[in-house]
Amino acid sequence: MSGNTAMADQSINRKSFTDAFSSPDFYEIDDLLTEEHKLIRNSIRDFVKKEITPNIEQWCQDAHFPEEIVKKFGDIGAFGPTIPQEYGGGGLDYISYGLIMQEIERGDSGMRSTASVQGSLVMYPIYKFGSEEQKKKYLPKLASGEFLGCFGLTEPDHGSNPGGMVTNFRDAGDHFLLNGAKMWISNSPKADIAVVWAKNEAGRIHGLIVERGMEGFTTPETHNKWSLRASCTGELVFDNVKVPKENLLPGKNGLGAPLMCLDSARYGIAWGATGAAMDCYDSARRYALERVQFGKPIASFQLMQKKLSEMLTEITKAQLLNWKLGKMMDEGKATTAQISLAKRNNVDMALKISREARQMHGGMGITGEFPIMRHMMNLESVITYEGTHDIHLLILGHDITGIAAFS
Amino acid sequence: MKILVCITHVPDTTSKISFTENNTKFDISGVQFIIGPYDDYALARAVELKETHSASVTVLNVGGAETEPTIRKALAIGADEAIRINAEPTDSFFVAKQIADVAKDGGYDLILMGRESIDFNGGQVHGMVGELLDLPSVSPVMQLDIEGNTAKISREIEGGKESLEIGLPFVAGCQEPIAEWKIPNMRGIMSARTKPLNVIEPSDNEKKTALESFELPAEKNAVKMVDPDNVSELVDLLKNEAKVI
Ligand SMILES: Cc1cc2nc3c(=O)[nH]c(=O)nc-3n(C[C@H](O)[C@H](O)[C@H](O)COP(=O)(O)OP(=O)(O)OC[C@H]3O[C@@H](n4cnc5c(N)ncnc54)[C@H](O)[C@@H]3O)c2cc1C
Repeated sequence: MSGNTAMADQSINRKSFTDAFSSPDFYEIDDLLTEEHKLIRNSIRDFVKKEITPNIEQWCQDAHFPEEIVKKFGDIGAFGPTIPQEYGGGGLDYISYGLIMQEIERGDSGMRSTASVQGSLVMYPIYKFGSEEQKKKYLPKLASGEFLGCFGLTEPDHGSNPGGMVTNFRDAGDHFLLNGAKMWISNSPKADIAVVWAKNEAGRIHGLIVERGMEGFTTPETHNKWSLRASCTGELVFDNVKVPKENLLPGKNGLGAPLMCLDSARYGIAWGATGAAMDCYDSARRYALERVQFGKPIASFQLMQKKLSEMLTEITKAQLLNWKLGKMMDEGKATTAQISLAKRNNVDMALKISREARQMHGGMGITGEFPIMRHMMNLESVITYEGTHDIHLLILGHDITGIAAFS
Repeated sequence: MKILVCITHVPDTTSKISFTENNTKFDISGVQFIIGPYDDYALARAVELKETHSASVTVLNVGGAETEPTIRKALAIGADEAIRINAEPTDSFFVAKQIADVAKDGGYDLILMGRESIDFNGGQVHGMVGELLDLPSVSPVMQLDIEGNTAKISREIEGGKESLEIGLPFVAGCQEPIAEWKIPNMRGIMSARTKPLNVIEPSDNEKKTALESFELPAEKNAVKMVDPDNVSELVDLLKNEAKVI
């Protein structure tokens, strides 16, 4: 030991890796995590700080989907973390998956959408309902980011009511003939494969793997979104597409199959939205302490303190909800209604926090200097996709009363 | 090729520093610990060499059980196995002696570590390890390439840069830009679960220094803003308050 007692080195700057971001953990929820969970969380946090945060404002301003992020997500292991390692996945538990989504969405909801569609809506159905050949053929390439996938359920006339879909396929001897169109499909313009839900001659819903390049299959992009601008969204159009019979997912059919995928994705969204809320809170807290009006930091005004206190309260509740739901996911006993509650609560909480945080930043809050307005606009999609805010209310209402208010 | 990377377990650079027990103990409450940033560069280069030269990488840390998450991270980044010498790393000589005792029979071609730790900033361990093992030691190494049994190195010197060739084995204290820090990926974190982490007891307990107390640097005085039009006020303050002119 030298005589130098300086405990923190001034010459080395890790700012780009771990800046002063105070991920609020008011109830010491970290105590509920293993060391491995914390390493996963911190590694994804470092990844987001390095690969996403420095560029995301520009990508969003330019409505640019950074294709190179797909490979990077594959390398870090953000695609299909819960899929077994033999298929290229991470083999991790659901708390780990949640933490990964939280950290990515702390960066941007669009980036998280790219990752959750790939993991929960493309890899998950192939893993759960696919044949061994399908798993071997697609999962490792999706995990590594060599392939980008998308999930086609929503149609122009069937959003909240996917069971009414009209996209259909019929047996044409040695192949199926697929017709119809899907809308609002994340990743579609750049996707290599699509997991498409369509009805057979008997009106039964099945999943099919459609590959880019199949004749009659196009993916026009949806332009001029004010939300999720760094994620690409588009249509899937099928005009007599010949789909090989071995591309049908054999494991499960009926509306329950796509809904199972949505459960997994919605679980990730509950964590992701919490990440966006944490980022808004952190930015608002810092800004309030730095910004001086009437001769003192705006954080000294009671109205500002009320906003920050309520934000921290709601974030803490959401964190506990996520953790317990994650445990139930790991035990395989989380129900659709339990997942709906968390998705609905946390996204709504995040959207409200982003709106309050935006106001706390005053005029600066509308600029790209701060992440707030971007989070706020992103969350307008998040509260709509994967079941709208109100549809989740009805799922809960059904669970409580046994009576479906929608069918 | 066998590489030994010695890592420290140190407070994150953004940590608030305070002391307890009459300023003789560093207060770790609320402090996040990381791999020493310079050690992290050394580790990153070792993992690169692992890929290009099919090397095996062992990480070593002198520390208590609380350092194991830091060691696991090094395994997740790509080290193959780890050794923890179960002792408080409070004295440079003591730490160097522990490392040398492990390394002397290990057959390592390269012993890498940071140019200094960022807690005590001693910057002495690599030199002492070299001396104890009778090996050359160089620091701070900013570039390291291996060709056969020789390493090409560039090193920072006062006002410039020095390029060296040096035969293996040797000891190096590393700094940027020797490699970019690596972020562990999920596959690495999973495989770190099963990589061996061997705990051994210190070989002796000889320390050359004893700690008396810590002291924080004096707080900086508040800044006084003077209007650019008011030069006479500035001169007055410099003369009568700061007493520098
Ligand atoms: C950016 C973005 C990305 C998307 N990505 C995908 C994707 O990758 N794959 C995919 O398949 N889909 C995707 N979607 C589609 C999304 O899931 C749908 O937008 C969503 O399900 C709502 O459907 P809709 O837009 O047709 O709205 P509608 O269903 O028409 O709903 C309009 C309003 O009516 C309400 N409503 C509807 N029915 C009821 C009822 N019974 N009772 C009370 N209120 C009701 C809704 O809550 C909503 O407020 C995406 C959407 C967006 C915006």
